[in-house]
Amino acid sequence: MTNVDVSVQTGDQPAPPPKHPNTCPSCHSHYRDDELEAALWVCAHCGHHFPMRARARIDYLADPGSFVEEATDLHSEDPLGFFDLRPYTDRIAEAELSTGLSDAMVIGQATLDGRGCELAVMDFKFMGGSMGSVVGEKFSRACDSAAERGVPLISVTSSGGARMQEGILALMQLPKTVCAVEDLHDAGQPLLSVMAHPTTGGVLASFATLGDVLLAEPGALMSFAGPRVVQQITREKLPEDFGLAEQNLRFGNIDAIVPRPELRGRLSALLRLFDAPI
Amino acid sequence: MPPSEHELRLRERLGRLRNMPLLGGAKLSGDLQRFQKQLDRLQQEATDEEIWRSVQLARHDNRPYTLDYVVRLLDDWFELHGDRFSEDDGAMVSGLGKLDGRTVALVGQQKGRDIKERAERRFGMPDPEGYRKAMRVMELADRHGFPVLSLVDTPGAYPGVAAEQHGQGGTIAASQAVMARLNVPSVACVIGEGGSGGAIAIALADRVLMQENAIYSVISPEGCAMILWRDAGEAKKAAAAFKPDAAHCLELGVIDGIVPEPDGGAQNDHDEAARLLKEAIAENLEELVDIPGDELRRRRRAKFRSLGVFA
Repeated sequence: MTNVDVSVQTGDQPAPPPKHPNTCPSCHSHYRDDELEAALWVCAHCGHHFPMRARARIDYLADPGSFVEEATDLHSEDPLGFFDLRPYTDRIAEAELSTGLSDAMVIGQATLDGRGCELAVMDFKFMGGSMGSVVGEKFSRACDSAAERGVPLISVTSSGGARMQEGILALMQLPKTVCAVEDLHDAGQPLLSVMAHPTTGGVLASFATLGDVLLAEPGALMSFAGPRVVQQITREKLPEDFGLAEQNLRFGNIDAIVPRPELRGRLSALLRLFDAPI
Repeated sequence: MPPSEHELRLRERLGRLRNMPLLGGAKLSGDLQRFQKQLDRLQQEATDEEIWRSVQLARHDNRPYTLDYVVRLLDDWFELHGDRFSEDDGAMVSGLGKLDGRTVALVGQQKGRDIKERAERRFGMPDPEGYRKAMRVMELADRHGFPVLSLVDTPGAYPGVAAEQHGQGGTIAASQAVMARLNVPSVACVIGEGGSGGAIAIALADRVLMQENAIYSVISPEGCAMILWRDAGEAKKAAAAFKPDAAHCLELGVIDGIVPEPDGGAQNDHDEAARLLKEAIAENLEELVDIPGDELRRRRRAKFRSLGVFA
């Protein structure tokens, strides 16, 4: 008996057609931009949660016209004169231009269904939502503003972690925001923490997990170390839901997973439960 | 010719250092010379080479680890084991002892000396269970009015599947929160590697010190090089860029003082390194013990909340 070569020559096959730009990464269905926006950037077919920009998130959560932004004048400095492939100052300037934000967090006063609250919302598009001095300071001020006005603080995080370009000062934003939460708690006000995809590294290991109530969006990655690092160091086979909100719920690390369309109602209920002022 | 901006900055820094009562050993005549040498060195910006030398010394195989200091610093050492939930993490040690006759609680990461111990202690990278052990011992100290000493020496918190499932991020946050609430004095010293979240989890203290050749950083030089240059081999360049050495940390206001080491580094003389560390810790503790607990807490939080550079 002889082995017959039945392999097919594949080298000459045409490349697959270019992917449609508006394709859901989860179910591969196509969407229209305006429909996706109307659906709060949640896929109508499979429920995949696309990233949501900070301003859009605030428009969704705050009562119309109620949001008053605070600490708009803060900008990053370059304490280390950091230079990797490009200077840090260039990266900031570029992020400011492309996002229209001064850094990766927007804070301000608002009402939600008529109840007072403070919002601190992160934007992943600004340098991966990384936490440097400005994010730390803004969160710290949001805690003070909430404490002074006697209202709960709602944070929505989306961050790759500490901002490397600020070196050790970025790490110091962990204890800084932790101390701010402790002062908020001493003033008798809660932190309601919503973790969107992704909430990892230094933000997960500081204020985001110190909330009195911890909520997560479906499918959000919430791990201290990234999957690639864990894989590299431990050589362990990672479970399919490694670090995801679903795994964190199963292991008791968070209170609930809340799909985005339900988030406003759930936060409204929490504001009532914590007796936020009308 | 007027002095350059650079020179003015150096002079100011030197002046600040001279007025700082925090440098261990500075008050002893025998150490004055070494202290002066340190100051002279601080007059010049640490070069890339010097920063890399710190990285290497901080990780030196013969560098004293937490338990090497414990036996030299404390009398009546009594190690306390376990997190009271599920595990006793060898990467974190904790216990009680007497420092100059005063009972203190000590927590710190512990690396291993030989291959077997290294594996058992996971190279000083704690699991959440390790941080929970530290938290419960710090809370014990708070109940009984014992000051808290923390010796920081870790490449980082352990990045494992179980560690993530058991809430590594949340536990690091919770441990910092425990330290922010303490009503007793706390002194932390980075004695080797102060690696990122794994380090800050036990370093939210009233006084934060660093040994001369220790490093304190947001990410390991290799990790940073991997992300920014996509090549772990660029670690030296990464270290030079984010400056994890003690002098730069002092300049940025991240630490309160630098603890001198024996000539050539702590690995050359464990006894002398311990003597210098003990002096620095005792000196700092002395300044804290008479301050009321709520005032300590207020100042501690105000200090950490002031950290950051922005416009």
